[in-house]
Amino acid sequence: MEQLAHQVFSGLATGGIYASVALALVMIYQATHLVNFAQGEMAMFATYVAWALMDAGLPYWPAFFLTLAIAFIGGIVIERLIIRPFDDADVLAAVIVFVGLLVIFNSVAGWIFSYVIKTFPSPFPAEPPFGNRLIGSHDLGAIAVTLVVLVLLFIFFRFTPLGLAMRAAAQNPASSRLVGIRVGWMRALGWGLAAAIGAVAGIMVAPIVFLDPNMMAGILLYGFAGALLGGIDNPGGAVVGGFLVGVMENIVGAYVIGTELKLTVALVLIVGVLVVRPTGLFGHKLVTRV
Amino acid sequence: MAALLEVNALTAAYGPTNVLHGIAFAVEEGGITAILGANGAGKTTTLRAVCGMVRMGGEIKLAGERIEGRATEDIVRRGVAHVPDGRGTFVHLTVEENLRLGAYTRRDRRQVAADFERVYGYFPRLKERYRQQAGTLSGGEQQMLAIARALMLRPRLLLLDEPSFGLAPLIVRDIFQIMATVNRQEKVSMLLVEQNANMALSLADHAYLLETGRVVIGGSAATIRDDDTIRRSYLGY
Repeated sequence: MEQLAHQVFSGLATGGIYASVALALVMIYQATHLVNFAQGEMAMFATYVAWALMDAGLPYWPAFFLTLAIAFIGGIVIERLIIRPFDDADVLAAVIVFVGLLVIFNSVAGWIFSYVIKTFPSPFPAEPPFGNRLIGSHDLGAIAVTLVVLVLLFIFFRFTPLGLAMRAAAQNPASSRLVGIRVGWMRALGWGLAAAIGAVAGIMVAPIVFLDPNMMAGILLYGFAGALLGGIDNPGGAVVGGFLVGVMENIVGAYVIGTELKLTVALVLIVGVLVVRPTGLFGHKLVTRV
Repeated sequence: MAALLEVNALTAAYGPTNVLHGIAFAVEEGGITAILGANGAGKTTTLRAVCGMVRMGGEIKLAGERIEGRATEDIVRRGVAHVPDGRGTFVHLTVEENLRLGAYTRRDRRQVAADFERVYGYFPRLKERYRQQAGTLSGGEQQMLAIARALMLRPRLLLLDEPSFGLAPLIVRDIFQIMATVNRQEKVSMLLVEQNANMALSLADHAYLLETGRVVIGGSAATIRDDDTIRRSYLGY
């Protein structure tokens, strides 16, 4: 029983990371109806930036926030310079650009930082909190950080004029222009936010999986499964989906198929959701008045 | 009276197809100009060209300043509000959020708060439903919302694309009455595109009749209304 509880809790911790990745995917999907395959590699690269900053002597939290800022600006720059020229292009062209970005980030990270696996520090103490035996400090901390990011995003989108404008631009670009919203910039901002959220996920997962250029490949898949499970057009759903996938992955891995086949869970989920319920658990079907 | 909007030799095309072949018209400061015509005459395209939504040529002057070729967002920021074809509702947002977006470019927050009450005064139905998702409103209510959203900009010029389209006659009468009030009390100039020639001519001071991308007749609304030949051959009533 305790074993099961332990699996659930550590599943929630990785689930929080999947939730962040899922959220980053949904954010770009909502604005462009495309899944950014390079999301994971962008997060990995940001984690290397954090590592380099700490390596240069910066304490953990300043390095954390500086990395978020760099990722945010980096996301905006990528959208403006690389993605924007493909705004009116074919879906396949955009997909190729995403895959290209993925390969570039992966290779450049290997080139600059080498493929040698690095340890990455956790800001949380090594001993489990309050002497409990169910959940480690880093797991609990990662969940807390994820939840804080979620609440901040919720407040931003729900209660600020800029958040409202971003939602409007994602839903109805033509009408948004007619009320004076600069739709292109809203998209760039979305990329910036997605990159920053991805950076949080990377930094939180690196102490668990260790830092190397390929560390996000599996995580992106789980994040994508989470986003689909929750509904790719629903940020809240994507988060719930991410947590669910984390827990499911752990339990299925521990009791059903063993850890070697865990990644299959994500793939089965992706295919399963698309076949059985393409809108996900909380996505809405697009209904239009005639 | 001086012209607020002056359009000359306006052309517009979708791909290789020319839709407007050099039309000219004007909206006077504080006036209402109607553009009439059948389906496919180029009415909607004319409005889209004015706010930079289609590829166009010619000259468009807003209060003496050339605005052709500018981005839609920049034209909106100069005080041109557009009630588009199909109403342009943000269907997943609430009524209140739709209205807040209408005032997105404005920085005078206190005045914006007052303007909510002002537009709710015109459209009390919207106030009752302010927390409702806009996509669940009826067609008439969505049209009211579209006009209310445009008014939240405090526009100098309001572009209206067939506000009567698909609505019951009673609702159309209400909406036209409110437009007349807005024009009179707030001095908002309007460019109105309509198939409902009767309603449009009763509201407008000037009217232009469009046929396959050309102005066939233009002049004071009264003249066109009273000219039996025009009425019978072009307006069909």
